[in-house]
Amino acid sequence: MGIEEHLGHNVLTTTLEKLVDWGRKNSLWPATFGLACCAIEMICTAANRWDIARFGMEAFRASPRQADVIIIAGTVVKKMMPAIQRVYDQMSEPKWVIAMGACATSGGIFDSYAVVQGIDKYLPVDVYVPGCPPRPEGLLYGILKLHEQILRDPFLTQRYKEGLQARREVAA
Amino acid sequence: MNLPLLIVVSVLKIAVVMGVLLTCVAYTVLLERKVLGFIQLRYGPNRVGPWGLLQPVADLIKLMFKEDFTPPGANKYLFLMAPVITAGAAFLPFAVIPFAGNILPPEITFYGYKIDLTVAALNQGVVADTNIGLLYIFAMGSLGVYGAILGGWASNNKYSLLGGLRLCAQMVSYELALGLSVIGVIMLAGSLSTVQIVEAQKSIPFIVYQPLGFVLFMVAAMAECGRTPFDLIECENELVAGYQTEYSSMKWALFMMGEYTHIIVASAIATTLFLGGWHGPVLPPFVWFMGKTFALVFFFIWVRGTFPRFRFDQLMQLGWKVLLPLSLVNILVTGAVILLIKG
Repeated sequence: MGIEEHLGHNVLTTTLEKLVDWGRKNSLWPATFGLACCAIEMICTAANRWDIARFGMEAFRASPRQADVIIIAGTVVKKMMPAIQRVYDQMSEPKWVIAMGACATSGGIFDSYAVVQGIDKYLPVDVYVPGCPPRPEGLLYGILKLHEQILRDPFLTQRYKEGLQARREVAA
Repeated sequence: MNLPLLIVVSVLKIAVVMGVLLTCVAYTVLLERKVLGFIQLRYGPNRVGPWGLLQPVADLIKLMFKEDFTPPGANKYLFLMAPVITAGAAFLPFAVIPFAGNILPPEITFYGYKIDLTVAALNQGVVADTNIGLLYIFAMGSLGVYGAILGGWASNNKYSLLGGLRLCAQMVSYELALGLSVIGVIMLAGSLSTVQIVEAQKSIPFIVYQPLGFVLFMVAAMAECGRTPFDLIECENELVAGYQTEYSSMKWALFMMGEYTHIIVASAIATTLFLGGWHGPVLPPFVWFMGKTFALVFFFIWVRGTFPRFRFDQLMQLGWKVLLPLSLVNILVTGAVILLIKG
């Protein structure tokens, strides 16, 4: 609702911040987005054997506006990069990024002119999940680590503030 | 007539009904996630609170504190209006649905004054007992189209617009079948008032006389709510998220609330018209009403977990070539039988 934009980050809102972080942690909806073989493991994570729904995360949103976290699952080729950047930019704040697998983390075995050597050259990654591809347990562990990180986040992160400032300048 | 009393009692009733309805909406979302989980051999949400009972609370807090984004080039006012219209039009039909028989005595003594509560159905378990109740329900149901089409148009996004147009075509096609499928009930009860329709089902619910009408109503209601197998308006593989594509935060949550309220209201109307409303042995009326309504809500979710989606041409064919003729036949047969019996 954009309440957080007007509240700011001060001593009065510390308790509220805990509540908000609890809500954000427990309702982390991923964007429907997969790139390569890691995406198959991500789909398995949502299926019955591992069941990502236990954490309230089964609501994979097709529209980036409603998503909270984007899981970069697989090899990012350079031609795909503009599309990924666009999807990330379209997501509404607060947003998080999980780099899943060796390729998204560092380019993996594809030391080539066509492959982005790590998604963190373009997007601010919060959690790296190693493996080629990581097992669903690995992704779930990464998600739990992201939960821990969200609990420490202020409700208006630096990234959110900068994005807000940029958007207001564009609008003005 | 005592005007202040009318206002006080009505406002109290509205407050209670809205409170219960909003809680039901929040927990219907959780119910759907849990039931879909069990249908797919999963657990569903179970980490937030006992059995995941706090999941709707977490979702609400998350959505409240998410960025509220209006796309550049969008029509700001219509963009804001659309979710409000959708949610409002979904809540309003509940005003005429009777959820219990008499909840207050017909007459109370207040500081020596005798007050007659039978005026305007103040003592009954319904917010407003109007003689055009059913007509009002369908009028409000039609208003919901505006929310979707305005939201789709105001977003300035081609997928949103296509989603909105699809919903509009679907709603207009199925509203006809929905309206015609309940004519049989009106003929049997001889009234448009929902309270009198429930009264008429005291001994036998109308589903016994109108099995075809009930089936037609449920199919058309499913299409009206935009639920699987008729959820073409937001099928992810073609339209991203339909008319909701550009919405985030609480505006989007209002659309979702509207959708789930639609399911509950459609179930409540089916309960009122075909399943005998709050009538039932032993248990209190309210419990019967809730039980029947949520059995139908469960049916909606069950269908979602079972059936794939129709193609758009199949949807139109089902609406115009199957449901519409069948509902006309239903009216004809009901009319003929009533004429034969009553002479």
